[in-house]
Amino acid sequence: MNRTLTCILCPNGCELEIVYEGTQIQSVSGNKCPKGAGYAEQEIKNPMRNIASSVNLEGGTMPLVSVRLTGPIPKAKIMDVMAEIRKASVKAPVQIGDVVIADVLGLGCDVVATRNVGIK
Amino acid sequence: MNTIKKQVVIIGGGPGGLAAAVKLKKAGVDDILILEREHELGGILRQCIHDGFGLTRFGETLSGPEYAQRFIDEVEELGIAYKTDTTVIGLTGDKKVTAVSRDGLFEYQADAVILTMGCRERTRGALSIPGERPAGVFTAGVAQTYINLKNKMVGRKVIILGSGDIGMIMARRMTLEGAKVEAVFEIQPYPSGLPRNIEQCLNDYGIPLYLSHTVTKIKGHHRLEAVEVSQVDEKLNPIPGTEKEYECDTLILSVGLIPENELSLMAGVELDPRTKGAIVDEFCQTTVPGIFAAGNVLHVHDLVDFVSLESEKLADAVAKFVKEGLPQAEIGVETAGLVGYTVPQKITGDADVTLSFRPRKPVRDRYVDVYQGETLVTSKKYVKLLPAEMEKIKIPAAKLVPGVNVKVVTRDE
Repeated sequence: MNRTLTCILCPNGCELEIVYEGTQIQSVSGNKCPKGAGYAEQEIKNPMRNIASSVNLEGGTMPLVSVRLTGPIPKAKIMDVMAEIRKASVKAPVQIGDVVIADVLGLGCDVVATRNVGIK
Repeated sequence: MNTIKKQVVIIGGGPGGLAAAVKLKKAGVDDILILEREHELGGILRQCIHDGFGLTRFGETLSGPEYAQRFIDEVEELGIAYKTDTTVIGLTGDKKVTAVSRDGLFEYQADAVILTMGCRERTRGALSIPGERPAGVFTAGVAQTYINLKNKMVGRKVIILGSGDIGMIMARRMTLEGAKVEAVFEIQPYPSGLPRNIEQCLNDYGIPLYLSHTVTKIKGHHRLEAVEVSQVDEKLNPIPGTEKEYECDTLILSVGLIPENELSLMAGVELDPRTKGAIVDEFCQTTVPGIFAAGNVLHVHDLVDFVSLESEKLADAVAKFVKEGLPQAEIGVETAGLVGYTVPQKITGDADVTLSFRPRKPVRDRYVDVYQGETLVTSKKYVKLLPAEMEKIKIPAAKLVPGVNVKVVTRDE
């Protein structure tokens, strides 16, 4: 089978031409760097994404603090992880990198704060 | 009112102003002041909580607030002066800056002024969409402010007009927050945002993108109830009979950004009608000596990394300007074919220079040639050229002669 997709690893956005059978890659072309081939393989086998959102913040100068994951998670788990993020709440002050949820849903990555927010 | 002397005043404390300030200080210019109208530094990055920033500048992927914080930390460590909650309301050609804050009115006399005011969004008014005027019509950036900074969800059933990057990023953001994004409509026959955002913000969530379509009516008395969408012809005119109604409570507009140049115009800075930013030389110096511009106020960028790099280049030039002065740029840069614009628009020819440009429409396998008179100075092949992606081409100074304009053109083969 053939599939064309855009690599999302960097702003180059290379257009990848993938030839594959089941989950077995036969060839990848169009990638300007070796990461593209790895991305193509991951996309065919088990697409992974990083997500960003925000969580409620108590007593801060802002009502919420932005967060992201420390690594990508399977695409199919995005909405489950969002449900966890929605339940979470932290107390001010918060620093960039503070762990808000450790090892979210056992997926091997943390939800961390991405901004500094002081106490109101 | 006392006039305060400053070597360099930077207008705008977003990514452009911050990067310029840090580099300028490191280049030995100490008397710097950043003026920022918001309550904190960081500019638009404060609300861009998605990741993907910093791959070029830092070699890692960061969220907007994290990217901004790296520069804010440096500003603090280097002891660079800044005033927030301070709006600049006047700028003259002889570099007098008038600013206002709760503390009153201030006037600064600067040796050099750096313009890093960024850009603003085109609105419904600029598009003249017919229909009623209900609540529920937002520009993408305003929706982003509400959701990411104010913790207010703007709607549940969403239509997006325009395939700009912020619109697509908001399509994903609103989907993650439980809204149903029905579709994105783009009037042009090609997307205006980056391909990777179509992939990770629309395709990932099954949000369809319809090209050559636009909103032709807005319906609803108090809150938006529906929009009418039509197909457009090759002249972008709606085709009668193609109207289709979509129920929705929210319409997000992501239909372009305009450099915010009111202060530049006040100072007599000449603008380029193609970029809507200042005409500059390779030092980012405008047509008013000592007034410099970089970032989105100069030309709209697709990546913040390039804003930082451009502002750092500007800072080197400003340091040289305040210490010893800069040479005149007398070679004009003209464009033809599919090259929509270049920045800078003037060069000295004394040193190698890299031009930024965008094509007018998406094309594949084209060459971009730079001529001076009949002489081919340089040529570069591009596998794809997209209006959504700013490209660069380097001109070697060794091949340039003084006093003759250069021309940047596209060639099929």
